Amino acid sequence: MLNIKNLHVSLEEEDKQILKGVDLTVEAGKVHAIMGPNGSGKSTLSYVLSGKEGYEVTEGSADLLGEDLLEIDPEERAALGLFLAFQYPVEIPGVGNMTFLRTAVNSQRKARGEDEMSASEFLKAVRERAKSLKIDADMLKRPVNVGFSGGEKKRNEILQMAMLEPKMCILDETDSGLDVDAMKLVAEGVNALRNEGRGFLVITHYQRLLDHIKPDVVHIMANGRIVKTGGPELALEVEQNGYADILAEVA
Amino acid sequence: MALAQVKIDATEERLNTLDMPQEGWSTAARKDALMRLRSMGLPSRRDEYWKYTRPDTLVQPKALDAAVLQTDEVPVFDGLERLKIVFVDGVFSADESDDLVLEGVAIERLADATADIHWAKGLYGVLENKGQNPVERPLAALNTAYATDGVLIHVTGKPSKPISMIYRHISTSSDAILHHIVKIDKGAEVTILENGPAAARFNKCMEIDVADTATFHHVRAQGRDHERRAATHMFARLGTESTFKSFTLTANGVMTRNECVIELTGDDAHATVAGAALGDGDFHHDDTVFITHDAVNCESRQVFKKVLRNGATGVFQGKILVKAGAQKTDGYQISQSLLLDEDSQFLAKPELEIYADDVACSHGSTSGAIDEEALFYLRSRGVPVGEATDMLTLSFLAEAVEEIEDGALAEEINECLAAWLARRRD
Repeated sequence: MLNIKNLHVSLEEEDKQILKGVDLTVEAGKVHAIMGPNGSGKSTLSYVLSGKEGYEVTEGSADLLGEDLLEIDPEERAALGLFLAFQYPVEIPGVGNMTFLRTAVNSQRKARGEDEMSASEFLKAVRERAKSLKIDADMLKRPVNVGFSGGEKKRNEILQMAMLEPKMCILDETDSGLDVDAMKLVAEGVNALRNEGRGFLVITHYQRLLDHIKPDVVHIMANGRIVKTGGPELALEVEQNGYADILAEVA
Repeated sequence: MALAQVKIDATEERLNTLDMPQEGWSTAARKDALMRLRSMGLPSRRDEYWKYTRPDTLVQPKALDAAVLQTDEVPVFDGLERLKIVFVDGVFSADESDDLVLEGVAIERLADATADIHWAKGLYGVLENKGQNPVERPLAALNTAYATDGVLIHVTGKPSKPISMIYRHISTSSDAILHHIVKIDKGAEVTILENGPAAARFNKCMEIDVADTATFHHVRAQGRDHERRAATHMFARLGTESTFKSFTLTANGVMTRNECVIELTGDDAHATVAGAALGDGDFHHDDTVFITHDAVNCESRQVFKKVLRNGATGVFQGKILVKAGAQKTDGYQISQSLLLDEDSQFLAKPELEIYADDVACSHGSTSGAIDEEALFYLRSRGVPVGEATDMLTLSFLAEAVEEIEDGALAEEINECLAAWLARRRD
């Protein structure tokens, strides 16, 4: 599904290399987790894959379903099936959450040459999915993320994911700023979307999110590279011993 | 101070092209306005309030030609129930207008009101004259003296539908001067709509007297003809517990100067002036607002948003004057521009002058570009960059549009804004 090969990335503004040769393959139906200390390049990886400006790919490749991701615009990546759940979802005053969602859904359908969703079809679909995420009518009506609590923002991200039905989901520190109950709710939302055709890349500092979203593969990222790969037990090792031991071991 | 000879010459040169309608009750006010105009002279670039806007084309004897926009789009407000009053190049058109009959209001054409005695005599040129101090507004005095047409609206109740003035522009060289009077009796309520380019050059003045507990709603969409020029004035006097709410949409126009002068004379009154302007290329748009608080516990809001691209210019000059004794005043003023490129500019001059000690006045002015974070967020969800930029632009304008109380009217304006943006998308 997602193939990343020897990816090297620097910041455009300053001559600073963040990713120094990332190799990673996420298969359909699998959940991969990336853990790592602050500054290891986890978030940069998610931004580069989704097409944020300000980064320069100096070497390597990334493709989704055989398409070169790095050559196309963010909206084309989305239409191809890539979704990034933001660590800090952006507030957009003056744009209703529903309007935004519907524009997004129909833009992607249009880009793929599919029929647009009618207003009633869309409304039905949103209500169904919003209900299981405990998102009420008021939250749907309000401007995008404006005045939302941390938990509401993350739930709204998962709602977008559920509506857009992407093939490859990247979750960037979706657990940050969430209490235990909110994290459970978000995790349930994600788990409901797990299926054979969909891949997940879950980026997190802590093991606790992985208690709820059980990964198939865990990677440890440090200093712009993936330094260790293993099963779910690797996350437990981090939880118990911190990153220092693992980093010392691979150094 | 004596006027400079060059200013006197420019003023006389313009006056030579005009004929004063000499008829009935308005004659005295017209002559008075002419005298006042001669003593101040027409505006020139050296005048403090014309520093950012060149008055030349508004002042020169002959109007510059303006091509008429050919379009088969449905005009704004078209689907709404309303009483239509149509002016073609500044001349009232009885054929295209509805009968000027509506319960709760008496409407009369200015050019037809030629008797010696008329209720409008107490207002015509009166509020305009009052609004000349402390800032001179010579184009309004010229309007009072030479207006050839307009309507006199006396609101006694709550008419069931808005009164809608439609300004059609047909002749490329038309030069129109219209003067309207709106008098709203105690407890009465009216909504006035205005739309259309009006003429190649348009000078319009509206005097509005809002009595105690009366309400005035006003939504205007200035015509899109790119080359048209307009200088408009609103002069309003607000009584106790009265409400005044005005919103203007300006899309296109090489020269627009909208002045609004409001005096809150009764306690607990409310005034809102809001505007959204969209400019592309050689667009120049100027909002000049002066709100005087002269009573206790009044609220005023100025909310202006401008979207500027390809070298367009936006100007805002907004003042709040709080007189001694106008305690508990709540004054709010915001003027913001969204600059879509580095060639466009926004010039803002917010002014506060406060002589009371128990007031809350706030003002802010900003210029900015599209928020890159928000743009990326929308694009990452699959919204193409053009559409995403439009969504963020509408989001920027929303604060001004939200000042329109009537949801259906706000929706009409939002549709105009979205259509303007969509026309400019690739």
